[in-house]
Amino acid sequence: MTPGGDAVGTALEQAHRAQWPVLVATTVRVLRDLDAAEECVQDAFASALRTWRTDGVPANPAAWLTTATRNRATDRLRRLATERRALPALVGEVERLTRDGAPSSPPGEATDEGEDLLRLVLLCTHPALSPEARLALTLRAVCGVPTAQVARVMLTSEPTTAARLTRAKKKIATAGIPLRLPGPADRHERVAGALDVVHLVLTCAHESPGADDGLAARALLLARALVRLAPEETEARGLLALALLTGARDAARRSPDGSVVLLADQDRARWDRAAVAEGLALVRELMPHPAGRFTLQAAIAAEHTRAPDAAATDWPQVLRLYDALLAEWPTPVVALNRAVAVAEVDGPLAGLRAIEEVAADPALARYPWLPAARADLRRRSGDRSGAVADYRHALFLAADPADRAFLQGRLHELADGA
Amino acid sequence: MPQYLFLLYDDESRWAAPSDEEIAAEMARHGLFAEAVAAAEGAQILGGEALQSTQTASTLRRDAADAEPLLTDGPFAETKEALGGYYLIEARDLDQALELAKKCPVSQGGVEVRPIWKFGE
Repeated sequence: MTPGGDAVGTALEQAHRAQWPVLVATTVRVLRDLDAAEECVQDAFASALRTWRTDGVPANPAAWLTTATRNRATDRLRRLATERRALPALVGEVERLTRDGAPSSPPGEATDEGEDLLRLVLLCTHPALSPEARLALTLRAVCGVPTAQVARVMLTSEPTTAARLTRAKKKIATAGIPLRLPGPADRHERVAGALDVVHLVLTCAHESPGADDGLAARALLLARALVRLAPEETEARGLLALALLTGARDAARRSPDGSVVLLADQDRARWDRAAVAEGLALVRELMPHPAGRFTLQAAIAAEHTRAPDAAATDWPQVLRLYDALLAEWPTPVVALNRAVAVAEVDGPLAGLRAIEEVAADPALARYPWLPAARADLRRRSGDRSGAVADYRHALFLAADPADRAFLQGRLHELADGA
Repeated sequence: MPQYLFLLYDDESRWAAPSDEEIAAEMARHGLFAEAVAAAEGAQILGGEALQSTQTASTLRRDAADAEPLLTDGPFAETKEALGGYYLIEARDLDQALELAKKCPVSQGGVEVRPIWKFGE
């Protein structure tokens, strides 16, 4: 690859991360058709790849992409207007788009961009869609994740995901699911639904760190947008705090060779100070009051963040927060994480007993971090062969290269220590 | 404007031998629903009827387009909650339709909201 090609690739990747959701959101408002909007944006990126390779990266890539997308949307509206014998509303849109022409200011400065994005998120997380469809649509349309990768994240096949996306988009169009911001009557319900999906996006970003570096940033962007829409929703602020505090660790989460670095071993100097400060301030504001599951997770992240090093972590407080979280949100993954806190407070054997309580849960049957957590506790309790067997099992289940590199490293350490 | 068929499914055993009071109360509930639709901007009731019980239904089945239909006694699908009535509603979008469907009187069942397929659009 030529150096010039690299520059184009980097610029496109950055633009994709920052501009994809905004471009789709703006275009879907104009076209009122999610499928068509996605196509326009995709075409614009494809032509950027071709044009930038010959002409170089433009001074303002975002503005270039906005214009390219807008031109495609205008063409499509013109075609539709002709096909449908000039529907007055469409003609109006074409005129407006043509009159506005190329944007004079780069995207990001337009005032209603955040609103466009929110409308798109709320469209994709509409309660009339199935929960699976909501997550798939959000990943695909809002985050711009390719269908094949959406399938990987959701642990299904690509054809299943493609069919799910097509079905959901067809329902949006034919059932008349509107692109709008919720009013006071349904705001709580709609924001709560959107928060669930954004939380899943955040989880996907952190559970498969090798998958897409931009996913966490997009989840953060969406959490911010939801806080702006509904500042009275404490869980929206809790999710924003969680996104900030987990995102702050991004730079420290991977070692130079690409393997995962666990929280305890991370270089805390590499955490993003601004994100940490903002996240901790939010948690301070939220925590004295009864908290929902996102706020509690943020509070746990805050406990880890506050400690100057792993050994200084206030584990009894972390365990209390996990107890509250488990009561609020009794899932096997929360129970597993709680078991790790139990081990820190009452020793590895107590932790192992807590893990046994959830080990049989079928939902965790293919979850590599169950055997990985047990391996660590077995190692610490002196059961070396049990630890080796568990790490091998975890390695068998783990698909992500970064996770695998970490597990391989642990296995080598055990072999060296023998 | 999109149109939606509200299919009202309910436990029909309640209506085996209704008293006058029960009928009056049910009519009042439907009256309130009609008022709610009238008050919703851009929405209107285009039609709607109550159906006689599924015991009075007859179903013609055929397994191919040119096959001779077989007549059976009873509804197409036997379910605990039976289709007991419908409304044809015009609404701005699905959100408004669902908001109205929440106000649609059903005691122990549900309302299925189906968009009408308009040809030529």
